[in-house]
Amino acid sequence: MDGFPILSLMMAVPMAGAIACLFAGANAARWIALIATLVDLVLGILLWANFDQGGLQWQFQEYSPIFGRFAWALGIDGIALMLIILTVFLMPICIGASWEAINKRVGEYMAAFLFMEVLMIGVFAAQDIYLFYVMFEAGLIPMYLIIGIWGGADRIYASYKFFLYTLLGSVLMLIAMMWMVHEAGTTEIPALMAYDFDPHVQTWLFLAFFASFAVKMPMWPVHTWLPDAHVQAPTAGSVILAGVLLKMGGYGFIRFSLPMFPEASSQLAWLVWGLSMVAVVYTSLVALVQSDMKKLIAYSSVAHMAIVTVGLFAFNQAGIEGAMMVMLGHGLVSGALFLCVGVIYDRLHTREISRYGGLSINMPKYAVLFLLFTMASVGLPGTSNFVGEFLALMGIYQASSWVALVCTTGIILGAAYMLYLYRRIAYGEQVNADAAAMPDLSAREIALLAPIAAAVLWMGVYPESFLAPMRSDIRALEARLAPAAPAGDSHIKMGAAKPAGEAHHEEVSAHGEAH
Amino acid sequence: MIDSASLLAVLPELILTAGGLVLMLVAAFGGDGTARVVNWLAVLTLAIAGVSISTSVANGPDAFDGLVRADAFSAFAKALIYGAAAAAILLAPRFFLTDGKERPEYPVLILFSSIGMGMMVSAGDLLTLYVGLEMQSLAAYVLASFMRQDGRSSEAGLKYFVLGSLASGILLYGSALLYGFTGTTAFDGIAVAMGDGVSNGELFGMVFLLAGLAFKMSAVPFHMWTPDVYEGAPTPVTTFFGSAPKVAAMGLAVRVAIEALGPAGLDWQQIVIFVALASIILGAVAAIGQTNIKRLMAYSSINNVGFALIGLACGTPAGVAATMSYMAIYVVMTIGAFACILQMRDAEGRPVESIASLSGLSQSRKGLAAAFAIFMFSMAGIPPLFGFWAKFLVFDAAVAANLTALAAFGIAASVIGAFYYLKIIKTIYFDEPAAAYEAKGGAVENVILTACAVVIVFGYLLNPALDAVSAAAAAALF
Repeated sequence: MDGFPILSLMMAVPMAGAIACLFAGANAARWIALIATLVDLVLGILLWANFDQGGLQWQFQEYSPIFGRFAWALGIDGIALMLIILTVFLMPICIGASWEAINKRVGEYMAAFLFMEVLMIGVFAAQDIYLFYVMFEAGLIPMYLIIGIWGGADRIYASYKFFLYTLLGSVLMLIAMMWMVHEAGTTEIPALMAYDFDPHVQTWLFLAFFASFAVKMPMWPVHTWLPDAHVQAPTAGSVILAGVLLKMGGYGFIRFSLPMFPEASSQLAWLVWGLSMVAVVYTSLVALVQSDMKKLIAYSSVAHMAIVTVGLFAFNQAGIEGAMMVMLGHGLVSGALFLCVGVIYDRLHTREISRYGGLSINMPKYAVLFLLFTMASVGLPGTSNFVGEFLALMGIYQASSWVALVCTTGIILGAAYMLYLYRRIAYGEQVNADAAAMPDLSAREIALLAPIAAAVLWMGVYPESFLAPMRSDIRALEARLAPAAPAGDSHIKMGAAKPAGEAHHEEVSAHGEAH
Repeated sequence: MIDSASLLAVLPELILTAGGLVLMLVAAFGGDGTARVVNWLAVLTLAIAGVSISTSVANGPDAFDGLVRADAFSAFAKALIYGAAAAAILLAPRFFLTDGKERPEYPVLILFSSIGMGMMVSAGDLLTLYVGLEMQSLAAYVLASFMRQDGRSSEAGLKYFVLGSLASGILLYGSALLYGFTGTTAFDGIAVAMGDGVSNGELFGMVFLLAGLAFKMSAVPFHMWTPDVYEGAPTPVTTFFGSAPKVAAMGLAVRVAIEALGPAGLDWQQIVIFVALASIILGAVAAIGQTNIKRLMAYSSINNVGFALIGLACGTPAGVAATMSYMAIYVVMTIGAFACILQMRDAEGRPVESIASLSGLSQSRKGLAAAFAIFMFSMAGIPPLFGFWAKFLVFDAAVAANLTALAAFGIAASVIGAFYYLKIIKTIYFDEPAAAYEAKGGAVENVILTACAVVIVFGYLLNPALDAVSAAAAAALF
């Protein structure tokens, strides 16, 4: 695949589909969108298959300086690859989820989704800092329209809030980018990642980027746009929002904040840790008392994303790998949970938890899949989120055992609110006759949920497939961070390996635990 | 002394003058029936004048002993001005037809105004500056009150005239002070005289001069006339006011600030920074409550002028290039947006101006709604539309000139502005349909609209060219 512009092609296919959808009738638009996203999925798999693990850091690079001050520069490393795969995997599912639920202005809807896909791939593949910004910001347009046109009752408030919050967060990042480009004399992200900015300035630059990524992530206390946006967005909008858009914040930290400003990241790690600890505990508790299903899952997203941030700011391989795994796992699981909500919402048109109950009686297939995703969200071993959360918490433990202690409570609280949700929906008496009469999953709905279920189990059972492409990139990042990384308070001492036959066990028990 | 090189250097103005006079006679003797022909001939005249810019630059940069400058800067500004003027002429007939009859005076007045604007951007002397400014303004006063049977239009014309005269007076007073304290009206002479320190008298002259110019480009705190005039004037005239004269006033301000007042850079920089931020914030905040689309566009233009001034505040070649690029992109967005507004006609073809009437436009007129949304997102500065690039350039110049705080403040304030643009998109896309508009727009309107939308969507491909041209224009001033 040398020299073949596969990344551009992956962006061109949905773009062409989006334009075609604008002019097509409702049914044609559905098929165009499905085919375009499936073609992109195939291209994504090809991309993964041709990715040289442990080879060059940046692969599939393209460069053409057609925009004057910035270039159409694309290229991916393992981290970007995994997020692109997540995107192209979720997109056909989103289209399928909208197949029947959306029946007004279908062409525009599909066009907005396909345009969104172009921008998401662009964000992860951009190698020019301004190209990244353009893609990052442009995503506001289709999402604003998706929430505003096809959203629920309060959609207009939610769309404004989403747009203005995110815009205000990102504009300061642009000023920081300009400063960096003038300082370093290049717009190329790989070059900027290796440039050592003055540590004093780094603090300001870090804060500017933080303003953007913290909102996108979203971190407490700038998370309030997320529950509104999720609740009002159509099902597929929530899936893509939780599945991919939130990951742009994490990707931003991993691609910009950490490698470009290592000293500032280390100095301000307390800020990230503090906000993350609050987020884990506070939003989990908030999730516990929600009566709206989508809101509950939205708050759980904030809590999970806080695990991502502590993992990233653990400054070590385990933490960052864990953060990436949580991002991928959460992308799948929260997407699937929103789909599960969508399934019953389509039948009863309410998101009130109390309107349901005992669904495992009349919807057994649904109950099984919903249980699987609930367990995955809780972080049950064998599912995707366990791997990520375990690694992330292990990583942060090396940096700060107190943060690890507080954040681990998130898992317990997560189990509490998810199991409580599941109990109220699937178990118990069938109090509402209309809910009791709902039919089980249709073939289309099974086809949407089954691939995610498979991926969740695959990621839980054999995470190596997903960790391997990222490993060398994360190692490089760890090396970049090493000089600045905070010392950590857990002082883990590994016992020196003794030749076989000696008093091995005593050695380990004496030194091998953390104090 | 008049030599042929000087005459060739003002060739665009000569062509416009000749064309304007001939067309005025045609209009006077031929009556209203000639309107269609005069329109097209006026556009043709502007096109020929546009082509002749290259001749004028070849015979530049100085003409008439420095009274007039024909350099890359004036060429850039003139090309924009003529283009915008031509668009304002082309967009007009349909509007005037709905109200009875077309009048051939309209294109003629725009031609005369264009002569004045051309002189403004190529002024090398305070007197040329004033003559050009008045020439432009006089034609503009008449244009504002063009629908003389309409009370709003007459009111707009009168307001514009009274306040405009006041501003001209202030400007003239500033010029007089500068002349008195420097002993010359030539820009380079003023710069030389200021080179050894800026006296109080010169400072006062400069402030008055800048105040007069701020009025012309409707920058805060001299913006009060803008909403009333924009609302009252016939929509094609508003299109014109929003585009070409803004470029001329901005071009003139840039040239005066750099060429004449360059040594006082630190003094006017504070003024420009204040005016820029005040315009951005007031333009954004005051626009939120508007219910009339033309008034909203007036505040939007105040807002945009503020952003363009950030480039000037840098005082660097990159800053000037950014300001001029900003104006170029702004003109395209404005003309496109007004081409949309001109299509806001009810089922009987009468123009409507309320924002509420746009409700649900996306369901009756998909193309128009999409174009409207493109221009609004672009004005809000959301990538990947070209309006983002305009803002990018001025902020980039500010960061390069170590005005990072100004850039950060300005860009944060741009979020306030984004709100009211979003409001229009919300009205068009999210709200329930209101009474439908006329089923389709005029052919000329649609062509101009489409052309502007294409530039706004694919504008980034023009970046290398725009960078080169605007850098050359800026270099001519330093």
